[in-house]
Amino acid sequence: MPPFRSFIPSLAVMLMAASGGASAQGVLIDRSEIRFVSKQMGAAVEGKFRKWKANVDFRPKDLAKSKAEFEIELASVDLASEESESEVKRPLWFDTAKFPVARFASSGVKNAGGDRYEIAGRLSLKGTTKDVVIPVTLTKDATGNSVAQGQFTLNRLDYRIGEGLWADTDTVANEVAIRFRMVLPALN
Amino acid sequence: MSQAETCYTRTAVALHWLAGVLILCGFAVGLWMTGLEFGPLKFRWYAYHKWIGITVFLLAMLRLGWRRKHPPPPPVTMPEWQRRAAATTHVLLYALMLAIPLSGWLYSSATGVSVVYLGVLPLPDLVPKGKALAAILKVLHVTLNYTLLALVILHAGAALKHHFVDRDGVLARMLPFPPRA
Repeated sequence: MPPFRSFIPSLAVMLMAASGGASAQGVLIDRSEIRFVSKQMGAAVEGKFRKWKANVDFRPKDLAKSKAEFEIELASVDLASEESESEVKRPLWFDTAKFPVARFASSGVKNAGGDRYEIAGRLSLKGTTKDVVIPVTLTKDATGNSVAQGQFTLNRLDYRIGEGLWADTDTVANEVAIRFRMVLPALN
Repeated sequence: MSQAETCYTRTAVALHWLAGVLILCGFAVGLWMTGLEFGPLKFRWYAYHKWIGITVFLLAMLRLGWRRKHPPPPPVTMPEWQRRAAATTHVLLYALMLAIPLSGWLYSSATGVSVVYLGVLPLPDLVPKGKALAAILKVLHVTLNYTLLALVILHAGAALKHHFVDRDGVLARMLPFPPRA
């Protein structure tokens, strides 16, 4: 499975480490997605990232050993227009030449009741690192895979995304909704 | 004939000029905004342009509704070909007042930047986002607009011809403050 090789180098190691209970490891990248929605003059504009890596080891029965790490290649952004795509890579936005990758690394996972979990961690974006808590809901799809879905809001100006003339939040809102859907193979 | 039979209603006159001004503004803004440097100013004017377009669409619907209850005054005496040309132009003007905002709305949907009327009322996306579709709809939107421009020039030119050459009072019927004979 060539698409996964580069993303989950340690899958075999993790498979061996799996110990009892339904846990999920690795992410089926081509069935998963990381999207974001920003507001321009009140209109929701959706984008997504085409290239990212994930290292997820999710164990509902052993949350202390669970972890989630993501690396997003910011230049792989997919937006409404080519004009927007090239703009968002420039220094005032992502500045992909200087900061090509956004990173998230979990520091703790806790159950928030039922199938809901909260993943605390640190998000590094454009040279700024901040603590974030990402809510996740876990479900199963028809084929028995686990599906982790969630949404959280990020204030773009906290990370200096859209500086200078773009800092006016009446045109492009400060709040950006990050939405993700991860398909994790369930292992027993 | 009485004033009522020879003149458009005040409402029809008001709607006509309001639509006319908005069409000209929308066209001018459309021409200007596309040349703007990519930035917040451009985003703003694209939004205003869309709001103007939706307003023209609503005004056209309102006018069509009003026309049903308040038919326009009968045409003045003129050669048959002119009467037909005028009627055809009017039909096309109405059609474009509806089709152009609609093509812009479709184009917006295809570019992934939905129309939120006046910044508060989100309009549904009519087509899925797609760069190829957006390119086609852009050409359609622009072509329809230049067609409208040509028709507006014809429409205004004909009105001026009636006023200054034929002196038959056609333009006066549509003026906000018609000169009383």
